[in-house]
Amino acid sequence: MAPLAPTARRLTLAGGHAAIIAVFVVFAAFPFYWMLITTFKETRDLLNTANDPFLFNLPPTLDNLRVLFFQTAYVRWLVNTAIVGTCVVAITLVLAVPAGYSLARLTGSWGQYLGIGIFLTYLIPPTILFIPFSRVISTLGLQDSYWSLVLVYPSFTVPFCSWLLMGFFKAIPHDIVDAAVIDGLSRFGAFVKVVVPLSLSGILTVVIFSFTLVLQEFVYAITFITSSSQYTVGVGVPTFLVRGDVYFWGSLMGACLIASVPIAIVYNLFVDRFVAGFTVGAIK
Amino acid sequence: MNATIDGDAVEPQDGGRRIHFLDDRLWLGRLMLAPAIVYIVALVGFPFVLAIIYSLSNVTVGSEGFHFVGLANFRQLVNSPQFWVAVKNTIFFTVVSQIAVIVLANILAMALLKDFPGKWLVRLLILLPWVAPISLGSIAWLWMLDPIYSIFNWVLRAVGWLGPNGRYIWLGQPDLAMASIIVVDVWRLLPLATVIILAGLSSIPKDLLEAAAIDGAGVVRRTFEIAMPLLLPIMLVAVLFGVVFTVTDLIVVFVLTRGGPFNSTQVLASWAYFTGIDSGDLATGAAISLFLFPVLVAIAVVLLRIAKRTELT
Amino acid sequence: MSTVETRALTKVFSEVPAVNGIDLMAQEGEFLVLVGPSGCGKTTLMRMIAGLEEPTSGKILIGQRDVTALPPRTRNIAMVFQSYALYPHLSVYRNIAFPLRARGADRRTIAEKVRWAAGMFGIERLLARKPRQLSGGERQRVALARAVVRQPLAFLLDEPLSNLDAKLRTLARDELKQFQRRIGTTTIYVTHDQIEAMGLGDRIAVLSEGRVRQIGTPREIYSDPADTFVATFMGSPPMNLTESDGVLLGFRPESLMPKSAAIAFSAVTIPMRITRIEYLGADCLIYGVLQPPFPEGPAIVRTGAGGPPPCAPGDLYEFSVEEPDLKRFDRGTGLRCNSPRGERERHHRR
Repeated sequence: MAPLAPTARRLTLAGGHAAIIAVFVVFAAFPFYWMLITTFKETRDLLNTANDPFLFNLPPTLDNLRVLFFQTAYVRWLVNTAIVGTCVVAITLVLAVPAGYSLARLTGSWGQYLGIGIFLTYLIPPTILFIPFSRVISTLGLQDSYWSLVLVYPSFTVPFCSWLLMGFFKAIPHDIVDAAVIDGLSRFGAFVKVVVPLSLSGILTVVIFSFTLVLQEFVYAITFITSSSQYTVGVGVPTFLVRGDVYFWGSLMGACLIASVPIAIVYNLFVDRFVAGFTVGAIK
Repeated sequence: MNATIDGDAVEPQDGGRRIHFLDDRLWLGRLMLAPAIVYIVALVGFPFVLAIIYSLSNVTVGSEGFHFVGLANFRQLVNSPQFWVAVKNTIFFTVVSQIAVIVLANILAMALLKDFPGKWLVRLLILLPWVAPISLGSIAWLWMLDPIYSIFNWVLRAVGWLGPNGRYIWLGQPDLAMASIIVVDVWRLLPLATVIILAGLSSIPKDLLEAAAIDGAGVVRRTFEIAMPLLLPIMLVAVLFGVVFTVTDLIVVFVLTRGGPFNSTQVLASWAYFTGIDSGDLATGAAISLFLFPVLVAIAVVLLRIAKRTELT
Repeated sequence: MSTVETRALTKVFSEVPAVNGIDLMAQEGEFLVLVGPSGCGKTTLMRMIAGLEEPTSGKILIGQRDVTALPPRTRNIAMVFQSYALYPHLSVYRNIAFPLRARGADRRTIAEKVRWAAGMFGIERLLARKPRQLSGGERQRVALARAVVRQPLAFLLDEPLSNLDAKLRTLARDELKQFQRRIGTTTIYVTHDQIEAMGLGDRIAVLSEGRVRQIGTPREIYSDPADTFVATFMGSPPMNLTESDGVLLGFRPESLMPKSAAIAFSAVTIPMRITRIEYLGADCLIYGVLQPPFPEGPAIVRTGAGGPPPCAPGDLYEFSVEEPDLKRFDRGTGLRCNSPRGERERHHRR
């Protein structure tokens, strides 16, 4: 076999490469590793400054999780979050899928500007709107209910998802829709029966992304909701699991972990598509 | 399609059926777009106008009445030192964290270009900070930066950097607190920026880099003279996102320091919350948060203009 | 200027050899064309010569120097990509200057050489523009200028004409060949278009499935094909093939003439039932089905367009072919029988 680049050089390059990746992985994931350990440590172990924090000086315990699940409304918050998430995703799809297609295919040149315009609504973030909203929500009688969130959340999921979907729909060739129309479908029928099934992966990506945005949201949730039974996970955990000055760290960390990791796994599955739709829209 | 310019359905020559609106591109387009536009106008445009109105009034959480006070709230803010602290912090946190994010994201994205065993897992771990709800991630950092139990203090003591009883009060001293907030901001935004830049890197035609290699360019020249300039538009998009997220961020400050110690880490967003919702002064709160808007618009305009100028297609 | 040689060069992609032990030598100053259908390995071969792919085994020598382990930038060759690969964010001037800057030339030398290269292709007035403002033909010239400016040891051209309009292509072909003659650099050119190959190559290497089937001058390839693949790939319409006396018999469409016109005693009669006639302006194509003693199969005849065709659709007509125009191929291997060239080509080496 013909001699390739000197092995030593390749090894150092590979080593450097691995080192860089390792540094970033540690930076990103260490807090979660720490969450994992803390969750299963006995509180006495945690709060004993003489102990090595990296070891289980007392045997690992499920107590923290037990407190979390049975003595707080955590499960309730998870359910609330799921309900809000599902409803918001549904509303987002209903609004953003047709909008995205319209921007991609049906609106000619002013569609381009409208697309950017929709995107620019992000320049009016929740941190500007939450104050007037607090009044509006209480006027509507929705204060202290998670339905207020269902009403308001699509305001930040719809713009971005429309833009993202615009990118996905642009990738569907004109020909396919034209063929369907010639075969007898109306343009709307072609959209429903041909374009949507073909864009399923893009739509799924939008679903995941919207759900992540819902999970993340804090400002509106903490402004509109005050009773524990209506909290979503993102606000319930910080406000409730801190009783006075005492932090139930073990349970807190467990709460954080459970709410983060499963979603991250699903997100990871779709990040390629997300990026693909993103770049089609951005590099235009 | 026999649609006229304003979209009216037109009888075809042979007197057959009218063209249904479901076929007409223009009307279908408008119809499909309308619900989203209506919703956005109602839930973004309307409250925005309301915010402006509130800021010009003396509305509070309890009050039923409503008095116009003109620009009095704004004048009051501009004269308060606390306001300028918040403005300075907002700008400082944003600029420093964004610079760090862009540099680090570029490095990480280049490292992630090649395939290697375990890449899926690595990507998952790197995405975690972005996907986890920010409030929960901040709580984890709160635990790690705890004055007594901080894991960082423990490690520093273990390697001898700190004395046996030494510790840093990460969130209690103003400069350390600011640094901590910046670190958490970077930690949270790095995944998104990396993913975006990675997408940009993958979209550079392979040809160009190969041609540069044949032309005699080494890795450094290829990266800085060919790849970077082509990446500029997408890096600007990443920066735009990052800036919007950081400037409007309320959660990290809220969870980590509540604006302390002594309001030294207050940013516009968090201060607006404490003033408007916690203390009930809606009008002043609205005024504070409105300062965010021109800042964001200015940044967006600048970035989009730069992006247009470097347009390569 | 120097030779470019490969020895037993092989590249395997997941168990399938894309390039299978190729020995090739491009002489100094020669314009060597690699031609073959898609997937035959010609592009992979060229990329290995450029250094963009690592060979699985074998050697590459440029000017007698073993470059197999060296990265592209040390090989001192230039490549023109099918997409031209012009740097979109740099002006034409800076595109052409890039290879010189990469080698650390000073500003004055760069200016001189860029103007020289631009002048060679007549693009001096375009130097300030960006690639997106240029037409396809102009971009191609910029790509060539960029390749030439370094005065490399060899040029590698990867289907550089395929992105041009058909009309432009013939003109570009002529200019390209003239340019290569003038500058005298060894050139390896990859294409799937066999007409382009015939028009450009000093020698042509016909590839299929990772192997070289035949190397030779256009004339040799055309009139002395080493096997059925070369015979049917080169030439449009392709050579007619049929069976006779236990061998494959081949004859080109233009070698068929009306029986009455045949003079030589050794001419063979080819009866056909005519199905269709195409009038193409400069010539006529007559489509038909071979009749006994040949097995039933399609055949095409090409005649000049001067005067009406000798037959009409539906006719049974007898053509004939003279002996020198008949090529015989082994039925099992496809190789030419009784041809000293065919024997030589079996070793795939020159």
